[in-house]
Amino acid sequence: MKSSAMRDLMALTEREDVISLAGGLPDTSTFPPDSYASLMRTIAAESCARALQYAPTEGLSLVKRCVAEVMSAEGTEVDPAEVLITTGGQQVIDLMCKTVIDPGDVIVAEAPTYPGAVPTFSSYQADVVQVRMDRDGMRVDELEVTLDELERAGRRPKFIYTVPNFHNPAGVTMSLERRRELVRIAQERELLVLEDNPYGLLRYESEPLPTLLSLDGGNFVVYASTFSKILSPGMRLGWTVAPRPVLEKMNIGKQASDLCSSSLSQYFVAAYFQSGPWRDYVRSLIEIYRRRRDVMLDALAEHYPREAEWTHPQGGLFIWATLPDYIDTTDLLARALEQRVAFVPGRAAYVDGRGGSSMRLNFSGVGENDIREGIRRIGEVVREQVALYGTLTGAKPTTASSRADQAPGYAEAGNPGSDPVPRAPDSELAKILRLPAPRKRTG
Amino acid sequence: MSRVAVLKGGRSLERQVSLRSGARVEEALERLGHDVISIDVGPDLVERLSADPPDVAFIALHGRDGEDGTVQELLEVMGIPYTGSGVSACIRAADKVLAKHAMRDRDIPTPDFYAFNETAFRELGAGAALPAIEERLRFPIVVKPAGQGSALGIKFARTPADVPTALVAAFSYDRKVLLERHVIGRDLAVSILDDDGSARALPIVEAVPREEDFYDFESRYEIGRTTFLCPAELPEPIAERTASLALEVYELIGCTGFARVDIMLEEGTDELYVLELNPIPGLTETSLLPQAADAAGIGFDELVGRILERAGEGG
Repeated sequence: MKSSAMRDLMALTEREDVISLAGGLPDTSTFPPDSYASLMRTIAAESCARALQYAPTEGLSLVKRCVAEVMSAEGTEVDPAEVLITTGGQQVIDLMCKTVIDPGDVIVAEAPTYPGAVPTFSSYQADVVQVRMDRDGMRVDELEVTLDELERAGRRPKFIYTVPNFHNPAGVTMSLERRRELVRIAQERELLVLEDNPYGLLRYESEPLPTLLSLDGGNFVVYASTFSKILSPGMRLGWTVAPRPVLEKMNIGKQASDLCSSSLSQYFVAAYFQSGPWRDYVRSLIEIYRRRRDVMLDALAEHYPREAEWTHPQGGLFIWATLPDYIDTTDLLARALEQRVAFVPGRAAYVDGRGGSSMRLNFSGVGENDIREGIRRIGEVVREQVALYGTLTGAKPTTASSRADQAPGYAEAGNPGSDPVPRAPDSELAKILRLPAPRKRTG
Repeated sequence: MSRVAVLKGGRSLERQVSLRSGARVEEALERLGHDVISIDVGPDLVERLSADPPDVAFIALHGRDGEDGTVQELLEVMGIPYTGSGVSACIRAADKVLAKHAMRDRDIPTPDFYAFNETAFRELGAGAALPAIEERLRFPIVVKPAGQGSALGIKFARTPADVPTALVAAFSYDRKVLLERHVIGRDLAVSILDDDGSARALPIVEAVPREEDFYDFESRYEIGRTTFLCPAELPEPIAERTASLALEVYELIGCTGFARVDIMLEEGTDELYVLELNPIPGLTETSLLPQAADAAGIGFDELVGRILERAGEGG
C-alpha cells in the first residue's frame, strides 16, 4: 500500500474548491441525457427482467460483440468467444495477479507505471521490477538485461505489464519497433505480457499502431481494455482477451470475486452500440481532449520554468512533467493545495520511492479555463521553489521574461517528422523520463 | 446529556487523521448517550453552528485552523463552549517556534534551533548564514515547518548539500521553518489529562519505528509500522523527570483538558529535550493519547467523557 502521507494529501485533492489535475477522469458531461433516457427506455421495454438478473460470468454475448467492434476499430480482430467481460479494466489487472501471482513473484512493469496498478501488485505481494522508458516507450534493451539478471538469480517474471498507448502516467507511446521487439522477447522466453490499452482510441495525432495482441497472435499477450474512456467509467465495464488457459483461470477468479459484471451496465452498452453513434461520440471526445491537451501544453510552456520538462502525448489523458531533482513533488503538492490546485506526485507511479521530482497532470477531466488556471498556479509554486533554491545555493533561477523566448520544453513521443510542434534535441528528450538521481551527499 | 457538535476534517493536511479521530469520538459520544452533530468543517461552519447551535463543540481537528486557535476563536465569538485548550494556548503550541522560545525563556530544555521566514532567504540573503547555523547545530540537522502538528514536511539534512533541498521541502508546508539540532535517542510521548482541575501525566508511550530511521508521518499513523511501548520501560527517576517536564510545558503553554508533549531522551547523556506540544493529539486507533489513557485504566469512552466535561474552561 502507498504511503499514508500521500494518501492524506490526495484526499484533499477531491475538495470542490480545488482544481484537480490529479484525477484520471474522462469528461462524461457531454453524453446526451436524451440518449441516456432513450437507452434506459429501450432496456425497460426489451430486457427489463434480464437487465435486473445476474449475467454469465464471462459476460453477455451482446457485449462481447461490442468489444469485437471496438477492437476492430483499432485494427485488432478478435473472436467474441475469446473475450471475458470484466468490472472495468482494473479488474483485469486484479484477475491477472489473482491467476498467476504468488507472494514474492516478479512482475516487470514500466518505470513509471500506472499508479492504479501499484496497490494491486502490492496487495498480491508481487515483487515489481521497473524498467525505464523513453520517448518510444519501454526500453526493451533494458528489459532484456533485466530478464537476464532475473534469470541468473533463478527468478522468472510471471508477466510483463505495459501500457503501450499514451502511457499512464508518462504520456508516451511505444514505437512499432519496440512493440515487435517486446513480442519477440515474450515469445522467445515464453513470458506473458499484460497489454493494458484503455486509451487506444483516444488518439489526437499520427497513425494508430498495431496492438501487441495482434502482433503476437494471442499466444503470450493478455489484452485489457475498457468502456470507461470511450463511453463511461460509471458503467464499470472492461474486458480481457487472453490465451485460453489464462482466460479460463481468470473466469474462475472472477466468479470468486463478483460472479459477474453488472447486467444493467451490459444491457446499456449493448443498447448503446445498437443505437449506432458510438464512433461519433468517441470522435467528439477526441476533439475535446485534443483541445484540452493543447491548452495544457501551451500553459506549461507559458508558466513552467525552464528547468521543467514534460511529455507531449499523442493521445490519452495524461502529461508527465519532471522538475529539477531538488523539488519533491509530494511536498510541492502541499503548497499547491494551498493554491487550490492538485496533481499526482510522481512517486505514486513507482514502487521504490523514485519519481520524487515528477508529476502526472490530467487534461481530460477539467475544462480549458481550469487547465490554464491550474497550470498557472502550479507553475507559480514551482517557480517560487526554484527561486528559493536559487537563493539558497546561489544558482540563478530563470525569470519569467527570460523564459518567454525559450522554445517550449516539451518533447513529443514517437513518430518524429509528422508533427508540427517544436522539438527539443534528443539529449533533452532522453532526460524527460529519466530516473531522478539520488540526492547528492557530500562533505 | 448534551447536543455535541463534533468538528472534524477541514482543509488541513491532517484531514484524514482528523476524520478518523472524529468518527471514533462520535461513536464514543453516542455510546455515552449524547446527541451528536457531525460537522466536516468547511466554509459553512459558522452558518451551520448558528442555525443549529450545539450545547458544546468537541474539536477533533488537527493541524491548521483546528489546532492553531482559529476554530477556537470562532467558537468564542459564537459563545459555544469547546473541548481542549483555549485560543492563546493553541496559538503558542501550534507554532513550534513560539513554543520553543517560550520553553527556552523558561529554561525548559528544547533542542537548539534557528527559525526563519521564507522572506529571510528571499529578501535578506539568509542562505549565506547557513554555514554558521550548520556549524552551531552540527549534522544531522532536522528541518521542519513551524506549523505542522504531524511530521509532514520534516526532513533530515545529513550534509550541507542536503540543507537547501530540505528547506525547499519544509517551506512547501509553511512560510516559517526551523532548523533544529537532531537529538539522537528515545522518542517519548507524554499524554496529559486534566480532568479534575489538576493536570496529571498518563503513562509514557515510547515510539519505536520498525522501518524508517525516523519516526515520521508515514509510520506515525500506519498500523504495524511502529511499535509502541506503553508504559515505556524507563528507570523510575527518568520516568518521573519526563512526566514532570511534560507537565511543566503543559502549564507554560497554558493548556486545558488534555495535550501530548513529545520529548527526546538523549542517548548517552540521559538528558531530556522537549520537541513540541500538541494541543489536540490524535484520537485514532493508533494514536498515543488513547493508548496512554488505556494503560492508566481509562477506556476510550471514559477519556472522551472526561475531555467533554472540561469543555468551556479553555477560554
